[in-house]
Amino acid sequence: MAVKVLNPGLSTTVQDLGRPGYFHLGIPIGGAMDRLALRAANLLVGNDEGAAGLEAVFIGPHLEFTRDALVAVTGADMPIKLDGEEQPSWTALKVRAGQVLSFGFLKTGARIYIAIAGGIDVPIALGSRSTYPIGALGGFKGRAVAKDDELPVGNAAGGEEGRSIPEPLRRRPGMPAELRVLPGLYWHRVTEESHRNFFDDQWKVAPEADRMGYRFRGGRPLQFVERDQPFGAGSDPSNIVDSCYPYGSIQVPGGTEPIILHRDAVSGGGYFMIGTVVSADMDLIGQLQPNTPTSFVKVDMDGALKARADRAALLDRIRSVFD
Amino acid sequence: MQNRYSFGGDEHLFVECDESMSLEAFFKSLSMTNAVRDSQIKGVTEICPANASFQIKFNPDIIRPDDMLREVQAIESAASKTDPVIATRIIEIPVFYQDPWTHETLMRFRERHQDPKATDLEYAARINNYSTVDDFIAAHAGSPWFVSMVGFVAGLPFMYQMVDRPRQIQVPKYLRPRTDTPKLTIGYGGCFSCIYSVRGAGGYQMFGITPMPIFDPEQKTSYLRDFMVFFRPGDIVKFKPIGREEYDHTVEDVAAGRFAPAISDVTFDLREFQKDIDGYNARLEGMINGR
Repeated sequence: MAVKVLNPGLSTTVQDLGRPGYFHLGIPIGGAMDRLALRAANLLVGNDEGAAGLEAVFIGPHLEFTRDALVAVTGADMPIKLDGEEQPSWTALKVRAGQVLSFGFLKTGARIYIAIAGGIDVPIALGSRSTYPIGALGGFKGRAVAKDDELPVGNAAGGEEGRSIPEPLRRRPGMPAELRVLPGLYWHRVTEESHRNFFDDQWKVAPEADRMGYRFRGGRPLQFVERDQPFGAGSDPSNIVDSCYPYGSIQVPGGTEPIILHRDAVSGGGYFMIGTVVSADMDLIGQLQPNTPTSFVKVDMDGALKARADRAALLDRIRSVFD
Repeated sequence: MQNRYSFGGDEHLFVECDESMSLEAFFKSLSMTNAVRDSQIKGVTEICPANASFQIKFNPDIIRPDDMLREVQAIESAASKTDPVIATRIIEIPVFYQDPWTHETLMRFRERHQDPKATDLEYAARINNYSTVDDFIAAHAGSPWFVSMVGFVAGLPFMYQMVDRPRQIQVPKYLRPRTDTPKLTIGYGGCFSCIYSVRGAGGYQMFGITPMPIFDPEQKTSYLRDFMVFFRPGDIVKFKPIGREEYDHTVEDVAAGRFAPAISDVTFDLREFQKDIDGYNARLEGMINGR
């Protein structure tokens, strides 16, 4: 044991880079919503980039350390305190046995990542330590951490106090947030006017936004191309014969409120999808608060691959801090 | 039936075999996903069959999306020439229809239902032109079902009824989804039956409950020790109606590690099935436990 939970925050879960390979059985990849932030936190404390850390949304936990540790907090902008004294973010911090790590009020962003040298050492379930609460799988006993939980930490393998990720390498959504979208999937189900409106309108993150999906409001309702509904699809024009859902796909039940599926996505269902957020921008969604104004920006596959390359280059620059 | 291809962002290739649900579309999806798996295309990370479509997740750093598309299109022409035959298994699932737990739950959510004065089974029987609930249950349990997709949440099977289209049961989902569904509820929405693998929200009509766990993340259930998810796409299911007594016994047997599901390996041939659906189904059912 190395970390005792004094206060769990709102929802704090153990996450790594997820468990690929089981989506065909309905078990999603999971893992950190903002993967760049988790990787950066792990690098700061000398862990493998994919080591398990804690993801806390909106409200930080209070954690008591029972032995000395190297800790880093990245992601959302939320004051970090050690025994009440404010500490720098995106920086490797030395924590002494008996000290308490706590947090002030969230300023911008939505999720912080707490990496501890050695990583959170819960058992591996289907190749990952990520928490999938619906399936009571992985993480700490298959659930978010709770008061008085004692989290096991592995053996540290180096890492240096005081190292920091430079400000320009801390990726954050803009204001308004812009999410790049590749149209496709069931794009043909809505009219050309709705195609334009979807990208022209400004949307806002709805309160129903979690690890499974982010809902948006405020744009004009989509109009469907008329058709006789296919057998097995259901009667609403937004229904399809239940299909797989890609990560990042945008379904619009009833044509009104787009929902972007995220790391804990349901693997399929019966709503048409208008397109998919490019892989490079999935991290950004994890940092959106409710009510954040958001625009969807249309890209083609070349644009999606360019965004992917840019994100990979940013990760390389973060890694080069530690060369 | 020509496939429609579309990319889901830069990491997914989405393939719709048909807009409408049919056994042919499901079979094409299953055959193609098997062929993609066998072809071992570099860069493929997940292969997910669905009812009448499928999805491939790939790493575009390893294979360019256009190359991924070409590889799968090449498989489509090859797959269309292969025999519509799969090796699979038939499983008997005991179901306690009209059980007290789904009944209690459906009564709690009556205001979200199309017909608040009837139960889910009474409503489903009426709109499918069955004169009694018992006749309707006999139809639900009377033919086998194909597991056409496993998903939504962990280990939940979508099942498609193996009868010709005029005889297929169709029931709309609740007007607004419930916030609660008992674990192992037998549900129905559109033309699909399902088994809720975990307790939680749901919009499918509720017909009954099975005592047989189908998802166990702790892998303590005797037949889920090797893997926590019971169902695989392509499984064939036969429901066996049971009463309260057998339900209670089975729950005890599962807890004591004494319960083993009735399973037989079978080969399914779509052409033979279509020649004589009822005869073929009868032979399939006869193979459960070699009866």
